[in-house]
Amino acid sequence: MSLKDQTALRIVFYEGDGAQSLEAQDRFAAMSRLLEKGFAVTRVAGGGRVAPADRASLLVLGRFDGGRAPQAEDAHGQVHIRFQDISGFDSNRVAATVETVRAETNAAKHGDWKPWFPVIDYDRCTNCMQCLSFCLFGVYGVDEQQRIQVQNNDNCKTNCPACSRVCPEAAIMFPKYKAGPINGDVVSDADLQREKMKVDISALLGGDVYALLRERSEKAKSRFSKERDANKALTERQKCLVKLASAGDIPPEVLMSLPSPEEIARRAEEAMAKAQAALTKQTL
Amino acid sequence: MTPPRILYCNCTYAQVVPKEVKEAVLKRLCESGVAFDAVADLCEMSARQDASLKRLAEGGAVKIAACYPRAVKWLFHAAKAALPTEAAEILNMRVQSADEVCAALFNPELKPNLPAGKTTKPSAEELPKSEVAV
Ligand code: SF4
Ligand code: SF4
Repeated sequence: MSLKDQTALRIVFYEGDGAQSLEAQDRFAAMSRLLEKGFAVTRVAGGGRVAPADRASLLVLGRFDGGRAPQAEDAHGQVHIRFQDISGFDSNRVAATVETVRAETNAAKHGDWKPWFPVIDYDRCTNCMQCLSFCLFGVYGVDEQQRIQVQNNDNCKTNCPACSRVCPEAAIMFPKYKAGPINGDVVSDADLQREKMKVDISALLGGDVYALLRERSEKAKSRFSKERDANKALTERQKCLVKLASAGDIPPEVLMSLPSPEEIARRAEEAMAKAQAALTKQTL
Repeated sequence: MTPPRILYCNCTYAQVVPKEVKEAVLKRLCESGVAFDAVADLCEMSARQDASLKRLAEGGAVKIAACYPRAVKWLFHAAKAALPTEAAEILNMRVQSADEVCAALFNPELKPNLPAGKTTKPSAEELPKSEVAV
């Protein structure tokens, strides 16, 4: 099932009428545990507002009077609410109880995938389609207005920020990247002068995998087809990939898992055609 | 006037926010009497286009403890849940201390700081002398 098709379970800590307050350290321990397990948690208290309810399932936790959780349901039948008494529970037991309810309600299970994917800053993006034509994994596409968008973020290769380096506007962010501006930090003039870096990468590669990605040329294709000695070709490629990994900060395992040169050429052409079609439609 | 809502992001699936900062911020929130929303990882929610981002964005003025304002703005946008530019203040736990973040969270005054438009950080030569670190 795609990540987008799942609903999440929202946990609410209730400490109002009919329930006792949690000690601050118990509240912190239980919240931390649930957040580490990927749940969204709301604390309702007298002093302030929280986000309104939506159609997600709600699990209301509290130290209810008499140890009895109330029974209630949404008058409009839109929100699925459950109450659970947690008197005497430690944070492990709270987490285990929540996990049981998550499984019963078929809500999303978190943590199976590291959320690593490109996020586009549309204040900067000029819709040039370089990212679309660069990515081999079909992460990018266009919407009905031929505007670039991230369509298949779970296809993105974990820890690989390569497409952000081809964007001429520094418009592609990976918020979990270690450094700016890719992590979302403000873009500086120096960042925009990264053309030099790009040239260095292509020089380094000198016609290997990523040069093929960049040039998409017949020349590059014929070079690959002449690689008759498979072992030699593989060694050469690995050498280049290791260099690229250090120059472009691309994880070696991502580079090593690239498909065969022929498949790369096929996908590159496909991506290029998609980008070209979008650009043509824009000008019509 | 009702104080802005508070939203805390735990950045669960990466170690980019210093652990001691996010723990201290969450601890202070738990010790306070305030109501707040906490999410495990805004990035994960954005990736799955979690519908709750909409309710988190649309519930009025909000202060968000997470990371860079530019990243947070476009993460919400990617999930079709635009944050209100004039009513959202982002505190950056990647670079601010827990004290700074908490002081801003508990301050009822909202200081909206979502980037609007294409901004580029000026180079050192362009900055007034007082802003250049020596
Ligand atoms: S490469 Fe950058 S500017 Fe060009 S379409 Fe992609 S995100 Fe936009
Ligand atoms: S929004 Fe920022 S703080 Fe939150 S999960 Fe993403 S990278 Fe981490």
